[in-house]
Amino acid sequence: MISRLFDALSRRIDGPLMAALALTIALGLTVVYSASGGSSVDRAVAQARNLALALMALWIFAHIHPQMLMRLALPAYVAGLALLVGVALFGDVRNGARRWLNIGVTTIQPSEVMKIAVPLVLAWYFHRREEGTRLRDFVIAAIVLAIPVGLIVRQPDLGTALLIFASGFFVIFLAGLSWKVIISLAVTAGVTVPFLWPMLHDYQRKRILTLIDPMEDPLGAGYHIIQSTIAIGSGGILGKGWLNGTQAQLDFVPERSTDFILAVFGEEFGLVGNVVLIVLYLLIIARGLMIAANASTVFARLTAGAITLTFFTYAFVNMGMVSGILPVVGVPLPMISYGGTALLSILVGFGILMSISTHKQLVSS
Amino acid sequence: MIVGHALRDRQRELIVFRNRLMLSGLVIVLAFVVLLARFGWLQVVQGGYYHALAEQNRISVVPVVPNRGIILDRNGTVLAANYSAYTLEVTPSRVGNMELAIDELAAVIDVSARDRRRFKKLQEESKNFESLPIRTRLTEEEVARFAVNRFRFPGFEIKARPFRSYPQGEVASHAIGYIGRINEADVKRIDAAGLTANYKGTDHIGKLGIEGAYEKELHGVTGSEQVEIDAGGRAIRALSRSEPASGNNLVVTLDLELQKIAEEAFQDYRGALVAIDPKTGDILALVSKPGFDPNLFVDGIDPQNWDALNLSPDKPLNNRALRGQYPPGSTIKPFMALAGLEYKKRTPEYAISDPGFFSLPGVPHRYRDHKKDGHGYVNMHKAIVVSCDTYFYGLATELGIDSINRYLTQFGFGQPTGIDIEGETPAPTPSPEWKQLRFKQKWYAGDTVSIGIGQGYLLATPLQLAAAVATLANNGRVVHPRLLKAVQNARTQETRQIAPKEGELIAIKPEHLALIKAAMVDVTKPGGTAVRAGQGAPYTVAAKTGTAQVIGMKQNETYNEKRVKEEHRDHAVFIAFAPAEDPKIAMAILVENGGHGGSTAAPIAREVLDYALLHKKPQAKQPLGGEEQSD
Repeated sequence: MISRLFDALSRRIDGPLMAALALTIALGLTVVYSASGGSSVDRAVAQARNLALALMALWIFAHIHPQMLMRLALPAYVAGLALLVGVALFGDVRNGARRWLNIGVTTIQPSEVMKIAVPLVLAWYFHRREEGTRLRDFVIAAIVLAIPVGLIVRQPDLGTALLIFASGFFVIFLAGLSWKVIISLAVTAGVTVPFLWPMLHDYQRKRILTLIDPMEDPLGAGYHIIQSTIAIGSGGILGKGWLNGTQAQLDFVPERSTDFILAVFGEEFGLVGNVVLIVLYLLIIARGLMIAANASTVFARLTAGAITLTFFTYAFVNMGMVSGILPVVGVPLPMISYGGTALLSILVGFGILMSISTHKQLVSS
Repeated sequence: MIVGHALRDRQRELIVFRNRLMLSGLVIVLAFVVLLARFGWLQVVQGGYYHALAEQNRISVVPVVPNRGIILDRNGTVLAANYSAYTLEVTPSRVGNMELAIDELAAVIDVSARDRRRFKKLQEESKNFESLPIRTRLTEEEVARFAVNRFRFPGFEIKARPFRSYPQGEVASHAIGYIGRINEADVKRIDAAGLTANYKGTDHIGKLGIEGAYEKELHGVTGSEQVEIDAGGRAIRALSRSEPASGNNLVVTLDLELQKIAEEAFQDYRGALVAIDPKTGDILALVSKPGFDPNLFVDGIDPQNWDALNLSPDKPLNNRALRGQYPPGSTIKPFMALAGLEYKKRTPEYAISDPGFFSLPGVPHRYRDHKKDGHGYVNMHKAIVVSCDTYFYGLATELGIDSINRYLTQFGFGQPTGIDIEGETPAPTPSPEWKQLRFKQKWYAGDTVSIGIGQGYLLATPLQLAAAVATLANNGRVVHPRLLKAVQNARTQETRQIAPKEGELIAIKPEHLALIKAAMVDVTKPGGTAVRAGQGAPYTVAAKTGTAQVIGMKQNETYNEKRVKEEHRDHAVFIAFAPAEDPKIAMAILVENGGHGGSTAAPIAREVLDYALLHKKPQAKQPLGGEEQSD
């Protein structure tokens, strides 16, 4: 009876992926507990609630047939775009950024919708162009990608814009954009960077300069990165032990339960912990790439591939920034950082992956 | 065709997709390898370094300042003590508009004009990031009132700290000295002595007197406390603590009651008195009048009080006992007489017929005796008792300046006494070489004549004079005056007595010594110049009066005390010891512009002796001076 119920519940769940996700999530909860001071369970409980919600979303998306998702792609994208325009016009300003839209009952962050909608709509587009993609299709795809990214950069929210751009770019890349174009675009980008520099916000410029030399401004912009590097480094090989990180527990690590949670993790669990985390991420990514490789439609392939690569981008950008090899951009550590929104969009992504993984036989038959 | 083309396209698309997926996988693995390398670098290679940085972040070492030792007189009366009180301190660098902030503060707690002036002076002398007291000794109510309004005053902080207090006020201020806030010069001295670590957290340092000289004993050893702090600098918990070792308590040689009696005996006169126990060198009283209130200096003196002290014509900050150089006047005569006996220039019996003046052979200038018509036949005993100048003019001339110097130097003239507090500026013994160096003039025979009666170029500080008379009282065993008697461990109360420094013995024939002492005893008997010092006393007093000229008199001018402006009046000088047979106390007194030693200084000496030997406190004061046979 129970096993039948389990079977029914897990029918659309990809076992190996779910196992890796579960382990990572469990690790995340313990770190969030430690990062919130280790004396109160409030944060961990709140995160567990977020998690329950996100897992439910994962389960629901796993049950939505890829065909159905494909049909929903364009409406979702259009709706997301409308919300973004709404934000630009009527959004709430918090911490100097216009990212939130008050829709009466609650405030939402429409850029989060785009994290899913952008890869879906691009995959849908290339799926329709399956018969033969031409350069024109890539130009259109680029425009479809550029509009939301541009709007989000203006908010400004560089981290999210970067992730959405990455997710869209991965679709275009996997769809077969020719290397010539990629290389020439890369060269053009390299050349235009100096001209883009003045267009960046002061704080964005500062973050990049800080990466180059954090000691330049040790109490200002460099403080975050110096303290997080000290935290990680001081963890050594085995770490200081759960709840025992001095940098973390004594408040030296800023934003320790959100973007900089890796500093807490690295300090308390050491190199061993970091290796475990990277292995977990690699397992998740490997499984995602496998699902993408075996997917039966262009839409499914591109969606699965892009979701997996975007997940990697999350993990790499966050770990790179906290360990001081990438500039500080507001990207959380996937499934570890405290916060419901990012968790929701990530697990929705994995829900879609599972849907693709468990529905492929039906499509091909 | 189209289908086939499409199929081929689809195949091609799948191949491209899988290739690119593979490539992505490779990039991902590479990226994670880079991350792992980074973690390895941070956590393994640099792990120790970052661990040290993290420890530095969280551990703060806070100095725990030791209690300063207290100062007691020889009978245990407290001369300098500590008490704990609240201060309101402010770090100027954290306050935008200081004037405005203080105005606002004044609405909450009392800030007097004096506090403001004192703070302003302090601010000028200190660095911006130092925490400076703006109000000291806050009441409980003021502390509470400030605490409620605290948020309005960033940079202001209430601190409980020990204060130094000098319960005796002006009494013995020149001997005790005071502590003050550590200034730049102090910091340099501390650094040079390698004591920087021990002064972490210490704000005050001994500046003068005992407080200055025995700073090392009084300060103690600073302890430390390791505390874990959070990023905001708040202490979370103590990790370890090494207790400070309190400074040692000092027992000084002064007898506070005697000191008080001596100071009061001066009434409104300026001057100095040094009373010494000739057996040990213990300074029983060290007076320099006027004194000052050392309490004013503890937290930085305000400009008004400073000017009042510093610009006063009475110079209350000048330690006259150690720094004042005065002609010893006739008080030099007993020493001069001893030199005459020892160097065989005089026998006790040898007598002169005193015409009232002395002249060098072939020179018309007359060196006058204070008694116009002379003292008649005068031998050595009488010369001392009546203080005959003519006798000593001749003796000095016969001795010659070199012999005089040689002899006086043995008694400590011309050199520091070695007292154990700073600030002694001993007068040099005048010699031809000294005069050449100092005045670029040659030594005249007349210079030696004046020295015979303690005038001219011969100068001594009251301390030097006191040490000399103590040495005489001690039968030629040199007395080294000292102020520190014992050191007491503040915790265990264990007391370590400081052994007196054994002085070298000046070889004096006993009969010569007896002669001089007997003459000095007769000075205080009827017929002597200081009857007041010995009249009716149940002990014998040996003494000598003196007068130190402030301005020179022209050859035919007579000195008239009433007609001379007060600051040009002669200084009264007096030396004494008692009981003459077994001296317990020896002293030198100088009363600035006090006239004759016998009339002004002798009554002071008597009051001091009465208390020192009989514990008898003086009766109602009579004005000093008055008629007495002059010297």
